[in-house]
Order: sequence, then structure tokens, then C-alpha cells
Amino acid sequence: MTTAPLGQLPGQTRRGERILIGLAVGLTLLFIAAPLVFIFVRAFAQGWQVYAANILHPATLHAIWLTTITAIIVVPLNVGFGIAAAWAVAKHRFPGRGILVTLIEIPFSISPIIAGICYLLLYGRQGLLGPWLQANDIQVVFALPGIVLVTMFVTAPFVAREVLPLMQAQGSEQEQAAVTLGANGWQIFTRVTLPNIKWALLYGAVLCTARAVGEFGGVSVVSGNIRGQTNTLPLHVELLFNDLNAVGAFAAASTLTLIAVVALVIKAILEGRRQS
Amino acid sequence: MTAAATHTGAPIRAKRVLPGFTLSLGTTLLYMTFIVLIPVITLILKGAEIGPERFWRIISSPRAVAAFQITLTAALIATAFNAIYGLLMAWVLVRYEFRGKRILDALMDVPFALPTAVAGLSLTALFSANGWFGPVLDAMGIQVVYTIWGIALAMAFTSVPFVVRTVQPVLEDMDPALEQAALTLGARPWAIFTRVVFPAILPAWLAGCTTAFARSLGEFGAIVFIAGNLPFRTEIAALLAYIRLEEFDYNGAAAIALVLLAFALVLLVVSNVLQAWASRHREASR
Repeated sequence: MTTAPLGQLPGQTRRGERILIGLAVGLTLLFIAAPLVFIFVRAFAQGWQVYAANILHPATLHAIWLTTITAIIVVPLNVGFGIAAAWAVAKHRFPGRGILVTLIEIPFSISPIIAGICYLLLYGRQGLLGPWLQANDIQVVFALPGIVLVTMFVTAPFVAREVLPLMQAQGSEQEQAAVTLGANGWQIFTRVTLPNIKWALLYGAVLCTARAVGEFGGVSVVSGNIRGQTNTLPLHVELLFNDLNAVGAFAAASTLTLIAVVALVIKAILEGRRQS
Repeated sequence: MTAAATHTGAPIRAKRVLPGFTLSLGTTLLYMTFIVLIPVITLILKGAEIGPERFWRIISSPRAVAAFQITLTAALIATAFNAIYGLLMAWVLVRYEFRGKRILDALMDVPFALPTAVAGLSLTALFSANGWFGPVLDAMGIQVVYTIWGIALAMAFTSVPFVVRTVQPVLEDMDPALEQAALTLGARPWAIFTRVVFPAILPAWLAGCTTAFARSLGEFGAIVFIAGNLPFRTEIAALLAYIRLEEFDYNGAAAIALVLLAFALVLLVVSNVLQAWASRHREASR
């Protein structure tokens, strides 16, 4: 029997290997890469000037602003929630820990459309809190608070699920040493825990931002799609598409695509850093 | 307080030594309650308020049944495709070294990072008559846009990373000695794959497919662009719920949403069971 080096298949399967790689590369180019490239091709189909005019259109600028505001509110809140959840679950033992972890992951399994319907049933005019909100003149649905709340629901697990496994794997010996040395809670967190989890935290925040910026279904339900008022960037893409303004839709979409690509690049950099 | 905690002896020592337990757990529970639990419970209460008889009438109406059928069929097609394509990608990315591998790996995250509306817009344009793929497929007599194939395509695009990213780590962890042993015993590559590799990754693969299927059932953003949204033909369940809301038929929307929620929760349980099986498997094969 010839001895093949460990982890390597004999020469006759080289051809099979090449076929599989070719198939994987070909399918991915057609299925994943083409849609990504096509967005920019279409956005710039009529040149830079038309592209710039589309982006600088007041309705598009307003959509960009609304999406940015939403992300600025949602991401820090979810970072706080992610840290709190990870700290509670990874550094302490209490009954119902497993259930809590499953609960944190639930928004991942619930379609954003369902989340939107839940919020509409709770805060909408016919909703459970509708009469009370109206009596106090508080507008949640069809306004910024509704958009923010649904986005919080959809993106809630992103930071927690990155930080939690890392905190669990690292254990709490270092923190316990800091306690015996007389450090207080804030000192332990900022000087011991935070340096250990900073890349996972940043990675989770990046994913959370990408998802918050791109949320469509849930926001679509609670925003009411009011042109120039509650139209976030993804909703604006749909509106332009329905207006048969394809180049405009692709221009708006290209800004979202750029954010996604930047998020992926940051992810690649952070992963390289975590491995080294 | 610290002194007391360190002096209480071994069994409870690790219990609450670290500060911030009340604060962190309190924040977590408060956030979960207001952001997730109360809204979801509101939907369930709404469903209870409708009553079983009316509930059944809503979800068994011909249009709703057609929407559920279309959603399930398209999700099955999408998952079948992803089961094969996702497995191929995981295998190629773990087992082979070639130029551009890191880019290929990064591309697998695109469907997660790209907003679904953008994916839907791009896929629709790509596969329509004046896109890159539309004319080619048209010549072959295949219509994708405004058909169930378009729905399945959008679902497959948005859910493929679930399969790849679940199978990949298990393949990476596999002990090469098993395959070496099979090889020295004279097994052919295909036999090694079906008898040694595949059984080891089966639980993870099934878990990934279940998650991808669940994601496909709930997908909305990518589909509304490509489906054409014709009742009885290309109208998915999530969209029908959305239409009911626009008609101010909150009962109709809530009933359909509850059915989708039930599907999602059942699939979550199935996926968790499969994941647990997968991690037991991994421990055993190490």
C-alpha cells in the first residue's frame, strides 16, 4: 500500500477535486457574486452624474438620514444589552440560564414581518396600548419610535451571540483574581473583561449595524411607508422600484450594498486579528 | 461582601463572586420583556381573542391555503438546493487549498450582510428580460421572475449561509485518521465520503438545513420584488398577512402571523435538538 501524506487523497482524485472547486466557484460567481456586482453596474448605468443626482435627491437623503438615526439609536442599546446578557449568563450561575439563552436567540427565528405585526397589535391605533397612547398624544407606530423598536427586536441577539460564547470560553478566573485584589465592578469590566472581548464586541456591533440599516419587513409594517417621513433607505429602494425608477432604486441600493461590503471587510480584518 | 463570598467555601464559591449580577440580569430581563416578550404575547392574545372557529376560517380560506402552499413549496425547493450547494461549499472551503479561497469564503457571508430588499431588487433585475441571466433562461423556456422559481431563488439566496456555516466547523474538526483508515482499507473516495464523512456531518447538515428552511418560510424583503405577488399564484404567506394589515383586517393578519410563528418555533426546537445531537457527535468523534 502506498503511503499518502496525512490529509491528502491519492493522485487519481485530483481531477475530482478540480471539478468540485470549479463547480463551487462557478455557482458562487453566478449565485452570490453576480447579484452583488450587478447593483453597482445598474446604479452607474447612466454615468456618475445621474448617480450623484439620484443620491442627492431630497427623498433619498431623507431616507439615508432616517436610517442613520435608527442605527445610531439601536446599535448602542443592543451593545449594552449584549454585554449585560453575556455578563449575566457567562459569569454567573442561576436557574433558567439555558432558557434565557434560547430566549435571547428567539428574534432570529421570528420573521421580521411577524415582529412588525406584533408591534402594530401592541402600539397601533387598534392595538392594546392604542387608546392610552392616543390619549397621551404619543405616536409610536408610523413614526420613528416604531421603526426603532422593531429594529431593536430584529437585531437584539447580534451582539449577545458574539460576546456570550467568548465570555463563556474565557471563564471568570481573571475577574475573580481582580475581585480578590479589591477591584470594583466597573474596574473589573473595563480593565479585565473588556480587553478580552473587544474584538467580538466590535464584530457584533458591525453585524448589528449592517442588519439594522438593512431591516425591511418589520419596518415596512410599522412605518406606514410615508414618503419623505417614515421611509427608511430599504423602503425607499422599494418605493423607487415601484415608481419604475430602476436607476434610482439601484443608486439607493448601492449605498446599502456599500455598507454591507464594508461590514464584510471589517469582519475579515477582525477575524484575522482574532486568530493571531 | 467580597470577603464574605470568598469565605463561604467551595460549592458556592464560584456562584456569585463577581459583582453586577442583579444589574446585568435585570437589564437583560427588562430588555427581553419589553422588546421581545410583550409584543409576541400581544400577538398570541390577539389570536386567542379571535377564537378557534374564526381563526380556522381565516387560515383555511382558499387564498390563505394557497399562500401557505406556495410558501412551503418554494421553501422546500430553496432548501433542497441549499442542502447540496451549501454542503459543496463547506466541503470545498474546508478540504481544498486554491487561489481565491478566502474571497470565496467571504462571499458566503454576502447574503447575511446584504439587506434583503437589495438582494431582491438585484435578483429581479438579473433574471428579468433585460438582465444578465433572463435572456439566457428565456431562450431555454425558463421563466424565473414572477414565478414560484423566483420565490425559491430569493429564499435560497438569503438562507444559504446557514447550511455552509453550520457544516464548515464540523468538517474542520473531523479527525483525518478516520478517513486515512478507510483509505488504507482500500475504500474509494466516494465510499469514504458516504460511509465516513457524511455520517459525521449529518446532524450539523440537517440542523443547517432546518434553520435555512425556517428562514425561507419567514423571508419577505427579497421575495416581494421578484414574486409579482399574484394571489393564488405567487403570493407568499408573509405577504398575505401584510396585505391584511393594509386592509385593516387585523384578525386576518394576526391569524396568518400566528401560523408562521408556530412553524418558526417548532423549527427552532427541531434545530436545537439537531444541534445538541451534532455537538454530542463532535465530542464523540474527537
